[in-house]
Amino acid sequence: MTEPPIVEIRNLSKSYRRGSQIIPVLSGISFDIARGEFLALMGPSGSGKSTLLNLIAGIDFADTGSIQIAGVEITGLSETELAHWRAGNVGFIFQFYNLIPVLTAFENVELPLLLTHLTRKERREHVEAVLSVVGLTDRMDHYPAQLSGGQQQRVAIARAIVTDPEILVADEPTGDLDRASAEEILSLMDRLVTEFGKTVIMVTHDPRAAEKAHLVRHLEKGELQ
Amino acid sequence: MFFLKFVIKNIFRHRLRSILTIVGVAVAVLAYGLLRTLVGLWYAGVDRASDTRLITRNSISLIFPLPVSYLERIRGVPGVKKVAYGSWFGGIYIDEKHFFANYAVEPKSYLELYPEFVLPEKEKSAFLMDRKACIVGNRLAKTYGWKIGDLVTLKGTIYPGQWEFVVRGIYHGADRTTEERVLLFHWDYLNEAVRQTAAGRADQVGFYIIGVTSPAVAPDVAVAVDALFKNSLAETLTETERAFNLGFVSMTEAIMVAIQIVSYMVIAIIMVVAANTMAMTARERLGEYATMKTLGFTAPHIGGIIFGESVAISLAGGILGVVLTFPAAHWIEVELAQYFPFFSVSRETILLEMLAALTVGVVSGIFPTWRGSTIRIAAGLKRIG
Ligand SMILES: Nc1ncnc2c1ncn2[C@@H]1O[C@H](COP(=O)(O)OP(=O)(O)O)[C@@H](O)[C@H]1O
Ligand SMILES: [Mg+2]
Repeated sequence: MTEPPIVEIRNLSKSYRRGSQIIPVLSGISFDIARGEFLALMGPSGSGKSTLLNLIAGIDFADTGSIQIAGVEITGLSETELAHWRAGNVGFIFQFYNLIPVLTAFENVELPLLLTHLTRKERREHVEAVLSVVGLTDRMDHYPAQLSGGQQQRVAIARAIVTDPEILVADEPTGDLDRASAEEILSLMDRLVTEFGKTVIMVTHDPRAAEKAHLVRHLEKGELQ
Repeated sequence: MFFLKFVIKNIFRHRLRSILTIVGVAVAVLAYGLLRTLVGLWYAGVDRASDTRLITRNSISLIFPLPVSYLERIRGVPGVKKVAYGSWFGGIYIDEKHFFANYAVEPKSYLELYPEFVLPEKEKSAFLMDRKACIVGNRLAKTYGWKIGDLVTLKGTIYPGQWEFVVRGIYHGADRTTEERVLLFHWDYLNEAVRQTAAGRADQVGFYIIGVTSPAVAPDVAVAVDALFKNSLAETLTETERAFNLGFVSMTEAIMVAIQIVSYMVIAIIMVVAANTMAMTARERLGEYATMKTLGFTAPHIGGIIFGESVAISLAGGILGVVLTFPAAHWIEVELAQYFPFFSVSRETILLEMLAALTVGVVSGIFPTWRGSTIRIAAGLKRIG
């Protein structure tokens, strides 16, 4: 008996409205993502990759269809419920790192833990643990502006995993990085899957990034190939 | 704890912008407090008026005199305890810029009617005995360095000539609202001189001051006094000191109302400026707020951060404004001493200053708070990069 998939998407549709015009982005998508998968979503620009990722991560709302994640139907959740759900279940990695400039690396990583009931001491332990996973223990008092792009992305990854979520979503995580840094980030994400058992869903249009993934799916004209 | 730290860090992010906003609020709050104090003091003359004193003057106008012979008849009115009289002398010391009030009064009853002019017994009797003597208020004496025994020369305007007085006493106000910049001398001294130079203007006074037995009888006494001189050559107008002072104040009422409006406008203007600054700040950070929401922070968290920053900046400005109010008020008290017996800012004004700052913070924070806390995540994230 195989484990049930962690993500089950059925008949998912989403369109945007621009004035009187309706732009269909996703039309009736159905697919599963297995637990512990490292999935790369590829496709031309504007094909709806980010939209799909946002829907899975619970930061945007679908028109129709269902998204079940670890047994929870997230399309039925209210905005506040979704916020709580995201805080516990999803880690986010962005193309431009999205660190808060006035907070140190340590404080940026600590941010999601402020929503938990952990004590100050426990938070410190968690933050130090994940910073050591990403190899930035010596940089924790630095501000984002004092770090290289690759280092900032590693801080962002530490922030994404500090609450120990099952799923990590990454939208073009290497899109703003040079080759060497991108390699570093991809290896790190690979480690998160193989060593820590995370499920990673990565949007990318970089073939070399996709190569690192265990599974590649293409999105085109609103449909999954 | 984190939120407080975060708010403070955000404030220091655009140091110059925050400092300018804080200084702007401080200046507005300071201006508001000083203008409010000024208006309040203008009316304070009315409040400090005694309600057991009446003032009788010529019913035509203050500049027309009354015969000194009215004294005995006024004394006879039931309810009258004591009557003093005097004339506005209008003498000039050095030049017009050194203005202060100076009156020729019947000294004994005048001082009895004005117990708030506190004079040592020795100085008082010295003043009463010497017809060429004068007494001066403490602040006036300090301004010109006058001491007991000094000679003060006033240039007469209504009564031409050089007038010399010997300072025999320096009075202190019973409390700080008492005018301490007045010079008083003997009416007899003035009258004798007038009798020799302009006999037609002798035996006349500018006003009577009537002490009544109780505030309750004051209206009846006023009516009775004026009835006495009805249809005479010099009809009288008697009113309470309060009403008399109010008459002066009402002449400047329009200016006071204008000043009050300006004081509110200053706050309104800084509100618009602060609101614009906060909106700009929040707009720049929408991407960050969206990121925080992504991590699970909710609208109240984000709203609290933005609103907290707005209120903190304005309150900082308010505190600075309040702190600056005291030296500013002191400066005015010293520099503009001839207009105000004192210039002290009331506790109520300080509270209103802080309330004004708080209002600026709240109002200027509303829109950015709403905007930042309701930003849709997907839309907010698009702003990064
Ligand atoms: N908020 C929005 N309003 C209108 N159209 C949008 C919005 N977000 C995305 N789109 C449109 O939806 C399509 C898919 O966008 P996106 O998912 O960002 O594509 P990708 O990430 O694959 O480049 C594009 O045509 C884009 O212009
Ligand atoms: Mg995209």
